[in-house]
Amino acid sequence: MTPVPPTYSAITLNINGEKYTLPVDHRTTLLDALREHLDLTGTKKGCDQGQCGACTLLIDGRRAVSCLQLAVAAEGREITTIEGVAEGEQLHPVQQAFLDLDGYQCGYCTPGQICSALGMIEEHAAGWPSAVTDDVRPEAGPPPLSADEIRERMSGNLCRCGAYVSIVQAVAQAAGAQTAEAEEAAA
Amino acid sequence: MREFGYQRVLDVSGAVALLDADPDARFLGGGTNLVDLMKTGVERPARLVDVRELPLDRIESTRDGGLRIGATVTNSDLAAHPEVRRHYPALTQAVLAGASGQLRNMATVGGNLLQRTRCGYFTDVTKPCNKRVPGSGCPAIEGEHHNHAILGASDHCVATHPSDMAVALTAFDTVVAYETADGPGELPLADFYLPVGDTPHLETALPPGALITGVTLPPAPTAANSRYRKVRERASYAFAIGSIAAALDVEDGLVRDVRLAFGAVASRPWRARAAERALTGGPATADAFAAAADAELAAARPLPHNAYKVTLMRNLVVAVLTELAEEASR
Repeated sequence: MTPVPPTYSAITLNINGEKYTLPVDHRTTLLDALREHLDLTGTKKGCDQGQCGACTLLIDGRRAVSCLQLAVAAEGREITTIEGVAEGEQLHPVQQAFLDLDGYQCGYCTPGQICSALGMIEEHAAGWPSAVTDDVRPEAGPPPLSADEIRERMSGNLCRCGAYVSIVQAVAQAAGAQTAEAEEAAA
Repeated sequence: MREFGYQRVLDVSGAVALLDADPDARFLGGGTNLVDLMKTGVERPARLVDVRELPLDRIESTRDGGLRIGATVTNSDLAAHPEVRRHYPALTQAVLAGASGQLRNMATVGGNLLQRTRCGYFTDVTKPCNKRVPGSGCPAIEGEHHNHAILGASDHCVATHPSDMAVALTAFDTVVAYETADGPGELPLADFYLPVGDTPHLETALPPGALITGVTLPPAPTAANSRYRKVRERASYAFAIGSIAAALDVEDGLVRDVRLAFGAVASRPWRARAAERALTGGPATADAFAAAADAELAAARPLPHNAYKVTLMRNLVVAVLTELAEEASR
């Protein structure tokens, strides 16, 4: 007979550069830990089964759904939620682009859309191809970030209001601004 | 959800020792399938052994020109790797055709191979399912089966394997490496998934408690001219209703080498060996591609609502091989 292991742990989560220590039942998802234990309610619960993307945040700089991420398994990793995206009062260019171009209607999916866009823009900048990239061989070079590429790369984020047209425009504007900024810094 | 213990492991021997001691434990990779199944009560482990930090996250070229991919490599890192994109483009395409950017960042290669079917009766614990509760029946055969198997199924289960990645790996003769408390072992992917028969609950030939440590792709020059195409009911972020991984080498109009595997048509990725045999050495023409598809699909036993898949797969074979033949002659 195997001894029954403990079913809860005291964990420390690194969220938006701050450390939070809390006891968790191992069944607690990162999403529920944020919302129910830490009062960080910017991350939204939609389907709670990895199908809608509303709970998207960044783990070690990469976008992930927090509803399928156990909180206990997130210990030691760097978590960025929508609350950690702006610099004080200065909105991140992706946030500003969503505002400028009305990239939302009700706003419920927006934190997930913005966090997903942040990760996606980095993935594209790193040269990752997507399912609509014509030639995935590295010699072909990175694909331009067309509307088709943005739609495919953002397909993990559903918007029940159907604000997709302006979401695509917002992501394109933000990605363009970031590319220009990087080129300026390199020059 | 049942309460469970959690342990993070940093070495493979520690991981397999924990599962050896507790058969009610499960390995946790990215969790994108397991955590979902735990929420719905399909999986009820007493303990999770978190293998994400094992030193199995490398992709390395092998001495003979193949690739060795560690079990904890994420789908994203696999798809983005230059050697994969250069030498096995269909594998990158297959991985990118699956799930979403968020899920691919979490999901791992080992977990991808072991993910469970998305059959609606399997994932609903209020329904009978021979795979989940042996002997309870298969409502899909008389019920909702428009996306179920047409090849290799049985009267006991008609579920399909949902992976895209595994279809490409199957086309390229991949070998799965694993570790148990008694030592390491290997299984060709062709023998990895068990035939359905009357035991649909037994899915793989892995010994109990085994941990997948990685997969090895043998060198395959043909794979440089390869493609994965997936048909689904919306443009993105959906499981396949039919898919194909194909690689083709043509010389003087004749097929020198061909690899074909089908997805979403069987309980496992389906290597189309009858079609490969029919094509090898023959003309690389649309008629020959169609005849080869027919040779493979002669074994199909569709149900009332999924017979469309026979036509779908035939069309996929012809379309994708025709494109590859054009590229090969360029």
